[in-house]
Amino acid sequence: MKKFTLSSLLSQLLLLFFVVIWIIPTFGLFISSLRDKDLLAISGWWTSLKTTQVNEIYRSEGSKEQIQENDLFLIKGNIFEDDSNKKIISYGVTSKNINEFDIEQVGVFKDGTKIQLFENGNYILTSSKEFKKKGKRIFVTSLSPPKFTLDNYREVLFNEGLGQAFINTLAVAIPSAIIPLVICSFFAYALTWMNFFGRDTLLALVIASLVVPLQMSLIPLLSIYNDIGSIMGVGAKSYPGVWMAHTGFGLASTTFLLRNFLKSLPKEMIEAAKVDGASHYDTFLRIILPLSIPAFASIFILQFLWVWNDLLVGLVFLDQVPSEIILSAKLRELLGSRGENWEILTTGAFISMTIPLLIFFSLQKYFIRGLVAGSVKG
Amino acid sequence: MLDISPLLYVCLGILFFLCYFHFSNFFLDKIDKKKGKIKSHNLNLRAFIFVAPALIVFLIFIIYPVLETFRLSFYDKYGRDFVGFNNYLWAFKDPELRRGLLNNLGWLIVVPTLSTAFGLIIANLADRIWWGTIAKSIIFMPMAISFVGAGVIWKFIYDYRGPGDAQIGLLNAIVVSFGYEPQAWITIPIWNNLFLMAIMIWIQTGLALVIFSAALRGIPKETLEAAKIDGASEFKTFTSIIVPYLGPTILVIWTIITIVVLKIFDIVLAMTNGQWQTEVLANLMFDWMFRGGGDSGRGSVLALFIMIGVIPIMALNIYKHKQEQKI
Repeated sequence: MKKFTLSSLLSQLLLLFFVVIWIIPTFGLFISSLRDKDLLAISGWWTSLKTTQVNEIYRSEGSKEQIQENDLFLIKGNIFEDDSNKKIISYGVTSKNINEFDIEQVGVFKDGTKIQLFENGNYILTSSKEFKKKGKRIFVTSLSPPKFTLDNYREVLFNEGLGQAFINTLAVAIPSAIIPLVICSFFAYALTWMNFFGRDTLLALVIASLVVPLQMSLIPLLSIYNDIGSIMGVGAKSYPGVWMAHTGFGLASTTFLLRNFLKSLPKEMIEAAKVDGASHYDTFLRIILPLSIPAFASIFILQFLWVWNDLLVGLVFLDQVPSEIILSAKLRELLGSRGENWEILTTGAFISMTIPLLIFFSLQKYFIRGLVAGSVKG
Repeated sequence: MLDISPLLYVCLGILFFLCYFHFSNFFLDKIDKKKGKIKSHNLNLRAFIFVAPALIVFLIFIIYPVLETFRLSFYDKYGRDFVGFNNYLWAFKDPELRRGLLNNLGWLIVVPTLSTAFGLIIANLADRIWWGTIAKSIIFMPMAISFVGAGVIWKFIYDYRGPGDAQIGLLNAIVVSFGYEPQAWITIPIWNNLFLMAIMIWIQTGLALVIFSAALRGIPKETLEAAKIDGASEFKTFTSIIVPYLGPTILVIWTIITIVVLKIFDIVLAMTNGQWQTEVLANLMFDWMFRGGGDSGRGSVLALFIMIGVIPIMALNIYKHKQEQKI
């Protein structure tokens, strides 16, 4: 049995404090992405379970809906078009005094039109003259109950282009993680188990290049890409271009990690295969590959997430057009152009987080191993 | 409609490399078998097949660009005319760059220190509490998120509305509830840097936490028991036994986070784009790559500055990593 001491209670409280601070930002984003966008703009997400008071302007039906009863013209309707659960508490007919009348109290417009508004949004307009084509403006203060919706997701995925950006990001990240793994596994194999001229120099060079930040490569590469583009008469920015850029930037670290792994395998195994007459390719396929699956998984996840979350390479080596833009670049663009539309930003951010979070929760072991190993990635 | 053709290219791209390795080796195997001899004379060819793709990528994407960036730093904005040390002279005089250097320095001091400290404290707490694993998962989670995504999350927290309106940003809501005026946090020069750094600390603490909690398991139980028997308080045990024992780990974590921070770009670009005196080197470099059609000379100088900052720390990191491998 563990004792409940003061210090253990304090530890628990302190840890809880950290956990709460760490989870709240993400939690707030998630809740906000599910809220009604009008409510999101006027109240904090922490109030989302409370009933909020909102001021809105509605317009009644126009002359099309009017009916004549004796000398009077009537329009009946409901100001809420969708079946909302809002409850009206007061209303007004001019912008100067939006809380002039209580519900069911009869209000009078400037032109003499009378209105009676009920709690559920039903109204009756009465006038002795014929109505104009356009409806009347009604200022309504109502209580809006908590409301959660997936509308933001629909809007962002299909109208704001994040759905396409999601596919584009997959198209960038999958090859950018697999190609380096393929070519570096052969490279690391050769550097570990094959004797060839200049092997040690090459290995030293690759390890030394770990210190090179990718910023060093951007300007020359961009000009190579521009040259190739103009020679071949195609755009300088393309998917294969960005794959190869990511491959280049991930090459040194992937090789380094794979070589460290291969070196740890027993040498006798390779020797035995050689004696049995297996070529290096056979040895690679039949012996090394099956043993390396866990290491491959970690490195793949590391590189995949790195590319998925990358912004810089995606901005430099891809055109910022709907068919090529990646999620992080799109999100950054939205931060500039839709900076006040929090329903779009929060939802967009959450969409960009789905794949990383999925990997995080399902493959945590490999994920952590990869990230810890990834400290050598430049 | 969503266009899924990019995913088609994906298959082709990957297939290309798989085919290269498979068929080149397959034919070499065939030739070897036909000759029925020892394959030693083919060894160099085989090694070449294994090494070639990576080597080509390495030369084009790392070696050449490093040399070229170095060369370009002595040339004008189009990379045509030699200008000697002019770009470097500009760099030492430019107020924007000085701001960037100072900010980078601030980031380097604050972020690694606080992330490491928080990571160490949380790792210790979590190790002794039954729900510690869940706590660790939650604190580690921001590591999975992109810097831009984290930027959106925190921009929402820092959101500012006029004093009369309801605040939808959490920070201002708290400030207002205590009776103070709301602030537009990310536009207050100098202090706003701290608000950007908070995002990075929020992300990197998880990394520190995970490495620390692995290292904590390596502390011999007997040592801790002995301290308890001697009547050492928990705080005393922490400062006199745990911290010294974790010394090397602290260094590793500190270097890892320092390298990330040296290249900090996404958060600044997304949050302020260097406005309100939040400029940092990597963002300034990105800016110069495209400003006024792009200035490859100044951009290259900035890239070199970043590399000079990274080299000693990365070298230390690799050295440590290799030592660990030896044990």
